[in-house]
Amino acid sequence: MKSFADLEAIRQKTLDKVNLRREHEGTRIVVGMATCGIAAGARPVMLAFLDEVSKRNLLDVTVAQTGCIGMCRLEPIVEISVPGQDKVTYVKVAPEMVPRIVQEHVVNHNPVDEYTIGAAE
Amino acid sequence: MFELSLHILDLVQNSVRAGATVVTIRIAYDPDADTLLIELIDDGCGMDEALLQRVTSPFATTRTTRKVGLGIPMLKQLAELCEGAFSLRSQVGKGTTLSARFKMSSIDLPPMGDLPGTMRSLILGAPDQPEFVLEYSMGQQRFTFDTREVRQALGGLSLAEPDILSWIAGYIAQGMAEVQGTTL
Repeated sequence: MKSFADLEAIRQKTLDKVNLRREHEGTRIVVGMATCGIAAGARPVMLAFLDEVSKRNLLDVTVAQTGCIGMCRLEPIVEISVPGQDKVTYVKVAPEMVPRIVQEHVVNHNPVDEYTIGAAE
Repeated sequence: MFELSLHILDLVQNSVRAGATVVTIRIAYDPDADTLLIELIDDGCGMDEALLQRVTSPFATTRTTRKVGLGIPMLKQLAELCEGAFSLRSQVGKGTTLSARFKMSSIDLPPMGDLPGTMRSLILGAPDQPEFVLEYSMGQQRFTFDTREVRQALGGLSLAEPDILSWIAGYIAQGMAEVQGTTL
């Protein structure tokens, strides 16, 4: 059973994380969530990134959303920026691809070339 | 769109972009009348009469990047397909109310789908403003979720934290299950 009483413990845990995070410039994962993205399956992809980041306890990674990136036929589109590296655009992303992208790119800083827009076009 | 909750995710973003401070998402199943009513009520900037007339057309959008806007027309089409009705009321400076009614037993009615995921996604996209209120009811059974209550319990923390979003999704899933008379 979930209740509002759980929130106090979550608050304490989160405060610790927020303080740690202040010391880093983090990686950003941005998912396109306009009508085109949503219709193509962006919501489960975004939730998969959130869950994967949470599961691996990656403190300096933020998951965010944006509108239409302008290439609707390639949705769901995800852009990942690792500090000090070029932004990488992944296209036609499915939830099954998310653990590999997080492990290889977000954690180890090696983009998964075969999922990128460069490989698709 | 394969789920009603995906339409909701898409269209509530219009309210967010309209600068709403509170968005109410009302989902009311009435098994006796065989209807499902989905209402999205915001206090955003609203639309004038001219835009309101145009906005159910796929070729109307306020964006300048493209000439099409499919969110509203797709939900309207679905409501009409499901022997229901679609209406939009709006007043400049006051807000907008979108209302879509469906026949519950229509064979064309998609499932609600991952409504907790939609809420998680909406809150992640707009963690500070607006406040989201979800009213989910089936006949006399009712569940209400309000981000203001969570915010109060968290004493000013941002809601866009993975652990908080997971709790919210779980809490909503549990509330929906209670309304439906099932347990998780």
